[in-house]
Amino acid sequence: MLPINKHHGIVIPLDRANVDTDAIIPKQFLKSIKKSGFGPNLFDEWRYLDHGEPGINPKNRELNPDFILNKHNYRDGTILLSRENFGCGSSREHAPWALLDYGIRIILAPSFADIFYGNCFKNGILPIQISDELTDLFFKKALSKIGLNLTIDLEKQLIITDDDKYNFKVDEFKKHCLMNGLDDIGLTLVYGEDIKDFENNYYNQYPWLTK
Amino acid sequence: MALTLYEKIFNRHVVREDNGTYLIYIDRHLVHEVTSPQAFEGLRIADREIWRTNSILAVPDHNVPTTGREKGILDPISKIQIDTLDDNCKKNKLMQFQMDDIRQGIVHVIGPEQGSTLPGMTIVCGDSHTSTHGAFGALAVGIGTSEVEHVLATQCLILKKFKTMLINISGTLGDHVSAKDIALHIIGQIGTAGGTGHAIEFSGSAIKNLSMEGRMTLCNMAIEAGSRAGLVGVDYKTIDYLKSKPFSPLGENWEKAVTDWKNLVSDKDAKFDKKIEIDASSIEPQVTWGTSPEMVCSINDKIPDPLQEKNLSNQKGYQGALEYMGLKKGTSIKDIKLDKIFIGSCTNSRIEDLRKAAGIVKRKKVAKNIKLALVVPGSGLVKNQAEEEGLDKIFINAGFEWRDPGCSMCLAMNADRLEPHERCASTSNRNFEGRQGQGGRTHLVSPEMAAAAAIHGKFVDVREAS
Repeated sequence: MLPINKHHGIVIPLDRANVDTDAIIPKQFLKSIKKSGFGPNLFDEWRYLDHGEPGINPKNRELNPDFILNKHNYRDGTILLSRENFGCGSSREHAPWALLDYGIRIILAPSFADIFYGNCFKNGILPIQISDELTDLFFKKALSKIGLNLTIDLEKQLIITDDDKYNFKVDEFKKHCLMNGLDDIGLTLVYGEDIKDFENNYYNQYPWLTK
Repeated sequence: MALTLYEKIFNRHVVREDNGTYLIYIDRHLVHEVTSPQAFEGLRIADREIWRTNSILAVPDHNVPTTGREKGILDPISKIQIDTLDDNCKKNKLMQFQMDDIRQGIVHVIGPEQGSTLPGMTIVCGDSHTSTHGAFGALAVGIGTSEVEHVLATQCLILKKFKTMLINISGTLGDHVSAKDIALHIIGQIGTAGGTGHAIEFSGSAIKNLSMEGRMTLCNMAIEAGSRAGLVGVDYKTIDYLKSKPFSPLGENWEKAVTDWKNLVSDKDAKFDKKIEIDASSIEPQVTWGTSPEMVCSINDKIPDPLQEKNLSNQKGYQGALEYMGLKKGTSIKDIKLDKIFIGSCTNSRIEDLRKAAGIVKRKKVAKNIKLALVVPGSGLVKNQAEEEGLDKIFINAGFEWRDPGCSMCLAMNADRLEPHERCASTSNRNFEGRQGQGGRTHLVSPEMAAAAAIHGKFVDVREAS
């Protein structure tokens, strides 16, 4: 996993609440058995005017000029700003895979859906919950002519603008894994003996579950 | 100390704790073709073994065709995914119900049907609707593919404790008002993020009176309220349902299990972080009008005016939704005409759902403006049972298509889908933009409401129409 420590980037303001996983990556692209290659189909139904199917070359497709990702100022953006309940819907990890493949490393929103939030950390994306006031302020700035550039300092848990600094919260364990690009399976397997001990007791107590 | 049902199940699965982060042991891992290939590949690359192969039950459901199965899978990309599941199951000696197995079906229908879902278990699946299994007093959560790989390799999940919410539904449901209407009503009240971070337990007389099928429908929709886990305490209905299912314990083990399961209810004085009271008799048949399950109203309501909404972001959301749905504020729900009908999905494709829908359809015909009315049973066994009861004939005589089991038009990964601007009354769980096909317009309803809509070609109050 790609670690994150300090990240600097352009903010893409996606002004919608309840952005769901079907919108992030439509189902026809879930048929892949790989983790990569989803980027060109991120937000497919909003981003293109024609219907997308796997295998179609994105270069031959008609972009929706009104969609934020297609606007000139935001094309190199790596920080996504959105409204409440971002990532609701399915557990499909194809959603963070698509965001990452496109180049998004940070998502800012007032709230996230639980499964999506956890999935981000496992794929090198940092979702940051920010207040409603800060969301409004960032939208205003990001939508202005000059746009908004931010630096995210994960170690210090700071969002840094040209003239201000804002703290954010993040779970210590998740932060540790993300900063070091750690695979948590390896971490859990360190406790393999604990798991075996647990099983011995557990199946003694609940013998009908041994099947 | 008095404990909630959630706490009781959580506590018995703690392998270790570190500063509020828990390693939780997983009893059952359900696997399907869409969210598992990358997890198996990850194991292979890291040269890791599966920790406990007999905790796994696999089934293809999202991609499978619901018609013409004898010809195999025509879509080559879907076929790769299903072949990959076959391959992974064979190599690792995992139990799988393949497409031609009578036990094949939607993963959240077959788990309980087989007794593979048992009270007190922790259950995971790479699918958000895993919350369904909580109807049996199990802690069941949807997980992403990284977590699928983690559970395959370690039999554990890294979790924090959820907060707890109790939704108590007292009183009695009206005739033709179902668990689906309770679910949509709740989401209308608390919103799609209302349950975020919480495990929701459903209790009260209306829940006691629900069948196991109804409880599954309700817990299935917990995720649409933002909650990863829905729960219902164990009672005699839970135990009766599980008796002599293929995976259920037998003999002495059954007796021991039942003794244990009877304790799987929240203690009387258990404390919840949040409590909500709902009067069942106030719930009317529900219809969603927008592109989020919280955009919902009763059948006798009109589409709301977005400008009446105080929250500016919601206002914009409502306006966008109405535009997408091709609807105007003030329109009566009963004036909405439909193009397609879908009865199926992990929410509403069980035998009781089909019986109820058939009860409405019997000796009637699907309206002429309906281009396609589909019934997709949740499993091969549900399909068989329905056919034994003659339900298939009722549907077919009315003009419905009677299909093979799978997720089908709930998410349109197979050939069953809406065309742009087509409007569908659907018994599924999500009305997101494009969910049932790009540009498709979904209205979520109960099976009886979908059946009545098929007959009338538009929404009607099933209480008056039947």
